[in-house]
Amino acid sequence: MVIGLQHYLILSAVLFSIGLYGVLAKRNAVIILMCVELMLNAVNITLVAFSRYVVPAMLTGQVFAIFVIVVAAAEVAVGLAIIFAIYRGLEDIDVSKINLLKW
Amino acid sequence: MNLALFIPEIALLATAAIVILLDLFIEQKRWLAQVSISGLVISGGVAIAMWGGSYPAIFNNMLAVDNFALFFKMLFLGVAFLVILSSTDYVSKFSRFQGEYYALVLLATLGMMLMAATTNLIAIYIALELTSISLYALVGFLKDSKSTEASLKYLLLGAIASAVLLYGMALVFGFTGKTQLSEIAQVLQALPQTTLLASPGLLLGVVLLVAGFGFKIAAVPFQMWVPDVYEGAPTPITAYLSVASKAAGFAIILRVFFSAFGIPVWLSQNWGLIFASLAVISMTIGNITAIPQTNIKRMLGYSSIAQAGYLMVGLAAMGMASGISILGQSGVLFFLTSYAFTNLGAFIAVIAISNKLDSDLIADYSGMGKRAPLLALALTLCLVSLIGMPPAAGFMAKFYIFNAAVQHGLLWLVIIAVINSVISAYYYLRVVKVMWLGETASAEKVPSSGALRLALLLCCLGVLLLGIIPGYAMGLAQFAANIFVY
Repeated sequence: MVIGLQHYLILSAVLFSIGLYGVLAKRNAVIILMCVELMLNAVNITLVAFSRYVVPAMLTGQVFAIFVIVVAAAEVAVGLAIIFAIYRGLEDIDVSKINLLKW
Repeated sequence: MNLALFIPEIALLATAAIVILLDLFIEQKRWLAQVSISGLVISGGVAIAMWGGSYPAIFNNMLAVDNFALFFKMLFLGVAFLVILSSTDYVSKFSRFQGEYYALVLLATLGMMLMAATTNLIAIYIALELTSISLYALVGFLKDSKSTEASLKYLLLGAIASAVLLYGMALVFGFTGKTQLSEIAQVLQALPQTTLLASPGLLLGVVLLVAGFGFKIAAVPFQMWVPDVYEGAPTPITAYLSVASKAAGFAIILRVFFSAFGIPVWLSQNWGLIFASLAVISMTIGNITAIPQTNIKRMLGYSSIAQAGYLMVGLAAMGMASGISILGQSGVLFFLTSYAFTNLGAFIAVIAISNKLDSDLIADYSGMGKRAPLLALALTLCLVSLIGMPPAAGFMAKFYIFNAAVQHGLLWLVIIAVINSVISAYYYLRVVKVMWLGETASAEKVPSSGALRLALLLCCLGVLLLGIIPGYAMGLAQFAANIFVY
């Protein structure tokens, strides 16, 4: 079997969906952040695969993916800081217990 | 490339760095606000001086320096100016990190200025994240349990939204091979309609872009974060979020959907219809859920969802016009300007009142007309403008946007929007009624600082001027929207 563009796209779609499921179903804030990372990395696979098969002469997709990785690192840094602040007040990072604000 | 065209952004970035450094050395923390404001004034002065000219794009065509971008730069700088002015009291109560507060506001403004100027998918993503990450930190700035909770919710939902947006961008890139908006448009134009319709991946990409940007502008069904974040965040930041972040989202939607997906008429009319349906549900759900609210920040949060709905009527008109007129686009720009003054004014009055009361409950506003007549009058003016009644700015803004929609065959949408405006009058006027007719709990006056009063005065003047003589501002909006014609 020749591995082609569609295999990469299916892989990334599956990873994206697993990430989205995790975000919606998990209760632990850190695991939710990890699932967001999974979604972003699924996008990176899409970008690099498209770049390799659609515009092989250019590195657009790869450059895009590098930017995504860097920005995601910054986002996680802020996210972990916020989770830390929550933990200091609540001694827990279960998102179902973070429920002061509703309706 | 001419770096001189980038001076407004450089000035802002330098000011943010200076503010952080100064915070380490000086004892008199009130200088931080003054340094931030002087940075905004320099940046705004350069942007105003550049207005009207035609300049080449910079950074390898990543950033356009056109009048549309300059219009939004001036809007964001003005909003940041008013927000910093109204935060000075609030921030002076912080024991630490005053410099970081101002620096983050400046960096978020920088991100928004870049958002309005970018013409490339990669740069759009980075500008959007620069804005978002600064705002996540600002929302959690108070570090009490409500503020951190709001910040976590904003961060998690924002991260999901940006992942969805990125997936959309990746699909659009994959099916066109381009990241530059104008080049995407060229590829789409060259393809026949049957080929485009046979590749649902591209259309899925467009829909995911709508979802990602919809989060930024707080359109239903991507609005879940709005009430919680608005309630938990420091009030000046809530004001900033509700105005500038929304305006930045609309700036980027206008540019992306016009420059990249505006050309095949059927495509443009289809996303016009997507925005029309989002407008209907945003207006209806925003207004109906605002009715039972007891917290004024939360109520204004739901009201901002409804306002995003009115704004999307303009986007729908732009999609239907598909480049033959700029009524929808210029209507959106004018609405955003009037909404900026109106909502900032409302929030600044809320800041002044809650500084004294330490409460955001509408019930506690009872008798405010006797305790603080000027504040209550200003808040009344802003609420009247949010309803869209003359002589306030909101009336002219809605008039222009609804006119654009009627001109392009969206009469049904305008009828729904007008019915919604009537519903919204109920919950806005309820606050007015409580303030002027309610019993006073105590006869104590509500004091407010000079900076806060100046900011509120500027907002009220803006609301009145835009409402009574809208011609000049409308001329500016039309001039800026002129990049959106073929």
